[in-house]
Amino acid sequence: MTNTQLELKDVAVNVVAGHEVKTLLSNINLKLDQGDFATVIGTNGAGKSTMFNAIAGDLEITHGTIHIAGQRVDRESPEKRARLIARVFQDPKMGTAPRMTVAENLALASHRGERLGLKSRALRAQMARFKAITALAPNGLDEALNKPTEELSGGQRQALSLLMATMRNPELLMLDEHTAALDPHTSQAVMELTQRIVAENHLTCLMVTHQMDDALNYGNRLIVVDAGHIVADYSGDEKQQLSRADLLQYFA
Amino acid sequence: MGVWISAISQGLLFGIMGIGLFLTFRILDFPDMTVEGTFPFGAAVAVTAIAHGVSPIIATILAALAGMVAGLITGLLATKGHMPLLLAGILVMTALYSVNLRIMGQSNLSLLGMKNLFTGKWMNSMPPYIGSVIFGFIVVTIVVALLMVFLNTRLGQGFIAAGDNRNMARSLGINPDHMQVLGLVVGNGLIGLSGGLVAQSDGYADVSMGVGVIVIGLAAIIIGEVLFGELTLSQRLIAVVLGSIVYRFVIVIVLDLGFSADDLKLVSAVVLALSIILPQLNDRFRLKRTLRKGVSSDD
Repeated sequence: MTNTQLELKDVAVNVVAGHEVKTLLSNINLKLDQGDFATVIGTNGAGKSTMFNAIAGDLEITHGTIHIAGQRVDRESPEKRARLIARVFQDPKMGTAPRMTVAENLALASHRGERLGLKSRALRAQMARFKAITALAPNGLDEALNKPTEELSGGQRQALSLLMATMRNPELLMLDEHTAALDPHTSQAVMELTQRIVAENHLTCLMVTHQMDDALNYGNRLIVVDAGHIVADYSGDEKQQLSRADLLQYFA
Repeated sequence: MGVWISAISQGLLFGIMGIGLFLTFRILDFPDMTVEGTFPFGAAVAVTAIAHGVSPIIATILAALAGMVAGLITGLLATKGHMPLLLAGILVMTALYSVNLRIMGQSNLSLLGMKNLFTGKWMNSMPPYIGSVIFGFIVVTIVVALLMVFLNTRLGQGFIAAGDNRNMARSLGINPDHMQVLGLVVGNGLIGLSGGLVAQSDGYADVSMGVGVIVIGLAAIIIGEVLFGELTLSQRLIAVVLGSIVYRFVIVIVLDLGFSADDLKLVSAVVLALSIILPQLNDRFRLKRTLRKGVSSDD
């Protein structure tokens, strides 16, 4: 039996622009089961980011419901949803606190979604654990535990953001073009780390990407968004057999 | 000699205000104008309470609590009222001017002949100003120690993260608005405390004693940063206090040069401006020198 981790039912997002009501998303229905790794592609302005922001709570939905791990979240603030959702953003600067060290960032992330109290952060006691976690990253992050993250490279920062997002297994991992700002080599390394973490922890993951190859090579689902609708949802063998040419039709 | 020791005492008491401002200005990354109202608010509450027979210790605690209320109002205006923080601070600062006049019933109130924290037996048994320095040092040590402990708790780390990157904080479940209010409450509590202590040390509260205090607080922060460079966050709290003492020394020197007390606001502004500009000029100068050296060694 599979558990539904993410369920969007008849979700619509309308915004008022001047005197007009603009529909950004309409009639979005989507279900991700436990362990599903879905890649999301679409042209600029298709509604990928809007869908992401609606799930994360940055954007209020006009209609429909959103459930994560069986809990209805569409009336909750993004901070409240953090107990269920972990995110990695496109901009490497967005996911970490620049003046705090790598270890401090990790310590904070280990309490994602929890109520922060007056207990000591107990940084020293956790250093060995942080060292082991950051050793997973390909770019020497484990040697930089005491460095402020503003001194890290973009690739290191993004790997750190990913490790922070997955320190406590989230019910839903959301990756918003998280390799778009990286060079091809680093991007590949971060994608491989992503694949490994998602598989090892059996995470449910939604990844927006502009890289067609990544959309094809990673995950077991591929979702195409166009003009505020989900226009295709491939899974299993159907996804395996997809080619770039098949996807290009959606960008015509 | 006495004037230098007095400068240390004043530096310590104003240093508490500098630390309060540091929480919002450096950690949360915005200038809190409430300071200019909170400082005399703390002074007015403490002096009025003492004048009404309240114990100086309770009066000082009331000054801190008054500051916290002022910070809370600024925080709520900014977060719940969706007002720019600068404007929220200016509104509360302006309103507090009238509140302070109401509290004192006049524009200034003296503590002449009344017992306060700086007139006890123990204080009088010391050489002039030494007691104030010791007392200021004890209060500063307690404040810095408590803040160090707080900043190393999970909540304290969330507070720092919210100032560092709101977006990241939200994604970890930390509400940056709550942290902003927390910073304003704690910061203004310390500023109220500082106002209450300075008023007792000076022997009076004046409705206009807040004018320019934000400049004094910023000068303490920036002088501390310029003098001590790269420090940990906890060390930076101490640097603010030392910066505040150095600022007082500068004021003593300036007065020694023949400037009048009326010129002090102008001097404060110039000291702050120079603290910001001089290190930049120095950096440029060093850069040029390095470049010149580079050229000559190639030759």
